[in-house]
Amino acid sequence: MTKRFLCIICPNSCLIEVDYTQRGVRRIGGSLCKKGDDYVQKELFFPTRVLTSSLRVTNGELPLVSVKTNQPIPKAKIMEIMKILRQTTASAPIKIGDILIKSVAQTGADIVATKGIKGGTS
Amino acid sequence: MLKSLCDLLIIGGGPAGLAAAIAAKEAGVEDLLIVEREDYLGGILNQCIHDGFGLEIFKESLTGPEYAAKFFSKVKKLRIPVMTKTMVISMNQTKEVILSSKNRLLQLRAKAIILAMGCRERTGAAVGIPGPRPAGIYTAGVAQNLINIRNIMIGKRVLILGSGDIGLIMARSLTLEGARVLAVVEILPYPSGLPRNIVQCLEDFNIPLFLSHTVVNIEGDGRVDSVAIARVGSRGGIVPGTKQRISCDTLLLSVGLIPENELSRQAGVILDEKTLGPVVDENGETNIPGVFACGNVLQVHDLVDYATIEARRVGESAASYLMGRRKRGRRIRTQFGHGLRYLLPQWISDQNDVILSMRVSSPGKDKTLLIKDGKRLIKEVFYRSVNPAEMLRVRLKREDLYGIDGFKVTIK
Repeated sequence: MTKRFLCIICPNSCLIEVDYTQRGVRRIGGSLCKKGDDYVQKELFFPTRVLTSSLRVTNGELPLVSVKTNQPIPKAKIMEIMKILRQTTASAPIKIGDILIKSVAQTGADIVATKGIKGGTS
Repeated sequence: MLKSLCDLLIIGGGPAGLAAAIAAKEAGVEDLLIVEREDYLGGILNQCIHDGFGLEIFKESLTGPEYAAKFFSKVKKLRIPVMTKTMVISMNQTKEVILSSKNRLLQLRAKAIILAMGCRERTGAAVGIPGPRPAGIYTAGVAQNLINIRNIMIGKRVLILGSGDIGLIMARSLTLEGARVLAVVEILPYPSGLPRNIVQCLEDFNIPLFLSHTVVNIEGDGRVDSVAIARVGSRGGIVPGTKQRISCDTLLLSVGLIPENELSRQAGVILDEKTLGPVVDENGETNIPGVFACGNVLQVHDLVDYATIEARRVGESAASYLMGRRKRGRRIRTQFGHGLRYLLPQWISDQNDVILSMRVSSPGKDKTLLIKDGKRLIKEVFYRSVNPAEMLRVRLKREDLYGIDGFKVTIK
């Protein structure tokens, strides 16, 4: 199979074309550096993303706290984790960096607060 | 009305205002004040809960709130006075402002002012979208605020006009939060946002991007129920027979940002017709001595890191101005030509290193940027790839500027 990737590692934005099978890459071309080839390898066989969203807050000055996974999670798990986030509520006060869910969806990544929320009324 | 004095007033407590205030304080300005009209410092960063901020300055990928928090703690540690929920409602060229906050007006005279008011979104009216005005039309940043701060979902089936970064980020955010994003429609033949956002916000979620397309009609009685789009030809007209109706309940507009310069204009600050921000020298100083500008009020940035770097320098320059440590140089005009949309700063002295920032007019590969004084080549820089979405920055050393009468920047 062949597939084209726009490399997002740096502003050069190389268009990388890769010929691959389930077992691995057969031929790769178009990148200016090895970082691009590594990016494509990872995107093909194990794409990961840092997921950012919010959790509902009770007793806080704001109704939401912004959160992220503290390490990249498999791209395929994004929607499953979003479902968990929708069902979870955090209670204020919350400090930036607080772990709100441990190892979400057994990924080993924790959901952490990316802002502080003071106790309040909303 | 209460009257007061201060050495340095910073208008706006977003990333630029915070960085400028910190730099000025660290350079020795004691009597300074940040004025912010929102409830909290941090500006747009508070609602930008996605990551990718700080790669340049902190060498790590932070979310907007995390990036802002680094500056909050510094402002607190340096004991920089802040007034939130306070808006500057007028400003004149003697650097006298009127502040409006709850229950009072305050007249303040500053020795120097840093303009850091940021920008606001271009609206549907500003781009002239035809059709009626049912509910369900939002600018992307307003939608971002409602979803990420106020916990208000804006719709279920969404079409996005404009492929600017906020629109792309919102395409992902809306999808994650349970809406269906039908497409992003872009009038230009290339995307306006950063490549990484095209990949991670659209391609990751199989959201189609219609290039060279625009919205030709909005339908709906009370609420949007469909939007018609069509192909745009190379001369800007609608291609006949290409119209299609997309059934949706929400239209998001991500059609550009406008530096918010009403105060600057009122005070007599000269604005650049391309950037829509003040005309400045390499210190970020405007035509009014002691009035400086940085961040999105000066030029719309794609990366906050560069807004921070720009603001730091302006903070230091304001400190030098206040302490009378500034070297007066010549006034040399900078110009731009082929291939560029704008160039900053518009004036330079020959007393400092200069960081030029600019945007190209269209995407391209293997381009050379030339900086020339007449026939004399001052500097050339080669780029493998250029994109209007990515601001170019070029540093010129003071030595490069000796004896020049001006220069022109072009890209070929």
